[in-house]
Amino acid sequence: MARMKFLCDADRCIECNACVTACKNEHEVPWGINRRRVVTINDGKPGERSISMACMHCTDAPCAAVCPVDCFYTTADGVVLHSKDLCIGCGYCFYACPFGAPQYPRLGNFGSRGKMDKCTYCAGGPEADSTPAEYAKYGSNRLAEGKLPICAEMCSTKALLAGDGDIIAQIYAERVTTRGYGSGAWGWRTAYKDMVAG
Amino acid sequence: MKGITTRLRAAVVAVMLGLGIGLAAAPWTAPEARAQAPAAPPAASEQMLFNYLQGDVRGRVTIPDQRAATLIQPAGREFQAFWRSTMKWIGGIAIGGMLVVLAIFYFVRGTIRISAGPSGRTIQRFNGVERFAHWLTASTFIVLGITGLNITFGRELLLPILGPEAFTAWSELGKVAHNFLSFPFTLGIALMLVIWIKDNLPSRVDAQWFAQGGGLIGSAHPPARKFNAGQKIIFWTVVLGGAAIAVTGYIMMFPFQFWATDVRGMQLAIQLHGIISLVLIAIILAHIYIGSLGMEGAFAAMGSGRVDLNWAKEHHSLWVEEMMSGGREAAAPSGARGAGAD
Repeated sequence: MARMKFLCDADRCIECNACVTACKNEHEVPWGINRRRVVTINDGKPGERSISMACMHCTDAPCAAVCPVDCFYTTADGVVLHSKDLCIGCGYCFYACPFGAPQYPRLGNFGSRGKMDKCTYCAGGPEADSTPAEYAKYGSNRLAEGKLPICAEMCSTKALLAGDGDIIAQIYAERVTTRGYGSGAWGWRTAYKDMVAG
Repeated sequence: MKGITTRLRAAVVAVMLGLGIGLAAAPWTAPEARAQAPAAPPAASEQMLFNYLQGDVRGRVTIPDQRAATLIQPAGREFQAFWRSTMKWIGGIAIGGMLVVLAIFYFVRGTIRISAGPSGRTIQRFNGVERFAHWLTASTFIVLGITGLNITFGRELLLPILGPEAFTAWSELGKVAHNFLSFPFTLGIALMLVIWIKDNLPSRVDAQWFAQGGGLIGSAHPPARKFNAGQKIIFWTVVLGGAAIAVTGYIMMFPFQFWATDVRGMQLAIQLHGIISLVLIAIILAHIYIGSLGMEGAFAAMGSGRVDLNWAKEHHSLWVEEMMSGGREAAAPSGARGAGAD
């Protein structure tokens, strides 16, 4: 079985934000919620890099560990999903997430955040695959159609890679050896522990 | 065989990735460059930025939510470990340990009786305002404690029994109750502070109380004013602990607005809130025990507000003397008239 991961090649990302836009469009993500974002490090200085970041679908996911109602689950592909029917909007997953992935529809005073929303790796939620109920809560389920996440699929420079962890790591490693430089698999140490990047 | 190949491939990839970083880092860490600008941010590689920033990797985002500019905060993993294991162990040991200690104490000591037996005469100990403040705090604390423990231990203890849907419904209700009952709880803490602070300042009598083990061990009855040293400890624990819980709780209720404006601050608020609450619950269990099952005649103080005179003489001898000498109890009732030999 594949172990799905994201890998952003920071030396290829041109900060076009198309992955962010594609994600919002694909899943009709509400205003104010960003399942994916592009962060620019050392902006305007030597060594500037942009990294597209969303839920990394961690191994031993912190969000799942701290959830008081146990609303998270990991699919056979290693994708971390959650049930909006079980979520009570406590906000703890946001504090535990190393990548700032969990998003909430409202500000959160008096615990009124609403149900948490995050990147689903285009894999929907616990509802039956590709149903209107699933789409309304989690967006489209591309994985069920045999497709990879839209953000990576349409990335113009192929900076953002999605797919089986071993395969995308190999693709990245080949790039690094071919061109002679690379800034590492951002977030992999924190998310998966198994891959050392630097 | 296939497993070994996969692992080998992963290892090769890991080495290659590491090599890539080495190659990438080389031109940027040239010695002359470092010597020229020691304070300059290092080139962008994850590990170098971790080392430089000591933890989080931050950058710039073009969306309004500036919290999203934090790319990686590895401390989330520490928060995960704290939440999943550290806090549950602290809570389990504090509360479970206290229950065991109380059970042993009950079996060894039993209910502490009034040595001289009930006199049948009572003396006013707590008036209506005092009892209101106590029960306002106590009733809300019980609900807050149960709903809070549900957030900490419910997933392990209650979820398997109730099932996911029922447990979510109960937890959602608990969350609302927890948020809104915090206000009367805070009011109760403030009231108790105002009403009882003058009776809870440390005095020389307290040293004697401690020296005699508070009468918990043996059958001695050390003298005490309105509150003995043990009660003073409970008072200050509740007032200070309650205030700390209230402050951290309101930070959690209004996230990223007061002192905790970043994720680290919120993590700290949750950790303090959890630990202080769990310890306070354990201490209050002892308070509940000695005020009900553990001591004959004690509950009446907060129940009816009047305690048996013999109980008062044994446990709060100095307070009884104060009350009797010129206190309200010594005065004749307003309707009384002198009669006979008077």
